Amino acid sequence: MTATQPFGEPASGPAIEAVDLVKHFGETVAVDGVSFSVPAGSVLGMLGPNGAGKTTTVRMMTTLTTPTSGTGRVAGHDIVREPDAVRRAMGLTGQAATVDELLTGRENLRLIGALYGLDRATIRRQSDDLLERFSLTDAGGRVVKTYSGGMRRRLDLAVSLIATPPVLFLDEPTTGLDPRSRVELWEVLRELVDDGTTLLLTTQYLEEADQLADTIVVVDKGRIIAEGTPLQLKDASGKAALVVTVSRAEDLGAAEAMLRGISEEVHVDHSARSITAPAEGLGDVTRAAALFEGSEIELDDLGLQRPSLDDVFLHLTGHRAEEPTDTDDLEEASA
Amino acid sequence: MTSDIETRVPSTGHLERPVIHQTSLLRQSLAITRRNLIHIKRMPEMLMDVTIQPVMFVALFAYVFGGSIAVSAAEGYREWLLAGIMAQTIAFASFIVAVGLTADIDKGIVDRMRSLPIRTSAILVGRSMSSLIHSSIGIVVMSLTGLVIGWRLRGSFLEALGGYALLLLWGFAMIWLGILVGSALRSVEAVQGVMFTTIFPLTFLSNAFAPTENMGTVLRFLAEWNPISSLVQAVRELWGNTGPAPADAALPLQHPVIATLVWVTLLTAVFAPLSIRTFVRRTQQ
Repeated sequence: MTATQPFGEPASGPAIEAVDLVKHFGETVAVDGVSFSVPAGSVLGMLGPNGAGKTTTVRMMTTLTTPTSGTGRVAGHDIVREPDAVRRAMGLTGQAATVDELLTGRENLRLIGALYGLDRATIRRQSDDLLERFSLTDAGGRVVKTYSGGMRRRLDLAVSLIATPPVLFLDEPTTGLDPRSRVELWEVLRELVDDGTTLLLTTQYLEEADQLADTIVVVDKGRIIAEGTPLQLKDASGKAALVVTVSRAEDLGAAEAMLRGISEEVHVDHSARSITAPAEGLGDVTRAAALFEGSEIELDDLGLQRPSLDDVFLHLTGHRAEEPTDTDDLEEASA
Repeated sequence: MTSDIETRVPSTGHLERPVIHQTSLLRQSLAITRRNLIHIKRMPEMLMDVTIQPVMFVALFAYVFGGSIAVSAAEGYREWLLAGIMAQTIAFASFIVAVGLTADIDKGIVDRMRSLPIRTSAILVGRSMSSLIHSSIGIVVMSLTGLVIGWRLRGSFLEALGGYALLLLWGFAMIWLGILVGSALRSVEAVQGVMFTTIFPLTFLSNAFAPTENMGTVLRFLAEWNPISSLVQAVRELWGNTGPAPADAALPLQHPVIATLVWVTLLTAVFAPLSIRTFVRRTQQ
């Protein structure tokens, strides 16, 4: 085998890098020139609807399928020329929970550990540690068939971590999970990142990308159509709004008059005792806060409402993502 | 079997990253075989196809149809029948491989394994080894059933061993067919449908259950050139359960051991490259 040279520290650079990846399936172009770069220890969220090319991109980056053209590097190793080195440096959790239903949780961990080439003692130590971390210690000896969806997902992730890979690929990790399991999984992922793991995750959930990712690439029809931090993407769609909620309904009129000094288009919502006005950014919030500071009007709340990522997606693609979330992103600045 | 090459994946954080040893194809295959055998342990009903089903066939043919099937063997139909049912059992090794492989591809298990630093062939070797063990359990059950109904090994020890060796070789050739079908079809149900409607007729259109001498000309020609017939005739002769084939039988039955070896070589030569190509194409999408 050629992969016998010692794997030294890779040349310092991004932990994951894709350069102009293209994948054709016959006539169909699944991925059409995707490039991105993920610095070590950070999280890239790949956001897009079904069929956007997310899974194919992950499959290329994890050596499961060969790019038609372009290339990529994982932990400094070329995905086409050094697949074995790439496989040693990464873990993959695919779209469906790919744990073995007829094996126990522990047996699943042992199988994958053995295939990684870990020795028995290491496998046992790692399994104990992972089962505890994913709250599966009691279930470890049970056959996976008896697990709930959330437990399977957690075990799936635990199995990917048996060799503690520095780079982790997660293809729609929370698809099909109930909200509580989803939030739990997010916490585990944050811990991993705190420990220095580099993460690439694909998702259809706008909220998920917002919660976890340092950088988001929005993909549609095999191409990256936008890239930036969650904040940048929201700013790019330019629809931030200043929201002021007064404590007493009778102050609404006075507050409205004050806000007209900042913006022309003011919208009053009497039932919510709130006034909304288009805003440029935090600067407007500070100005409004200063105005109200010197007035008699008592406020319950004053903040900047940024557009949700769903709005961003609609703005970028002209159509909605598959499963829009109904969360509002309220970033609050205390008044 | 760990080589002395040990590698430490570069660390980016403060986590302790365990040492990854480079392992051999054999060790990887054995880990996968072991996993497949745990499946049998957890779901013993998986073994029905090599236990209850062939035992039922023995009962059916030995006691229901047997009376009306005349054979020339001195020891009678029951003794003559057993090698036929064993050949049918081992032909189903292809079915066992195909079902297991399709299920693993379908559930993403194959993808997970391919994302690990192992040779892809370990997935196929592991699957093949566990399937051969699975089929061998059937051969043991058949032998015990045979002993109960009066079947005996009447040749020498080496000849007896040779008969079992031919059955296993046949199983090896069938594995490639199984990998081909398992990689080409998309669901376990499709595999079951295709395999039952091909393997059953193929094993019946042979000398496994009834002598070919009494068949019509065309049928007899097909049955005697059926590779299964060579295997059955070879095993029967080696175990002393029948005399040589009649003088007017087709060429393969005149030299059944050689014919079986040729068939195994031919089937492997055709199906091995085809099945590997189909598997790679299917999984690399």
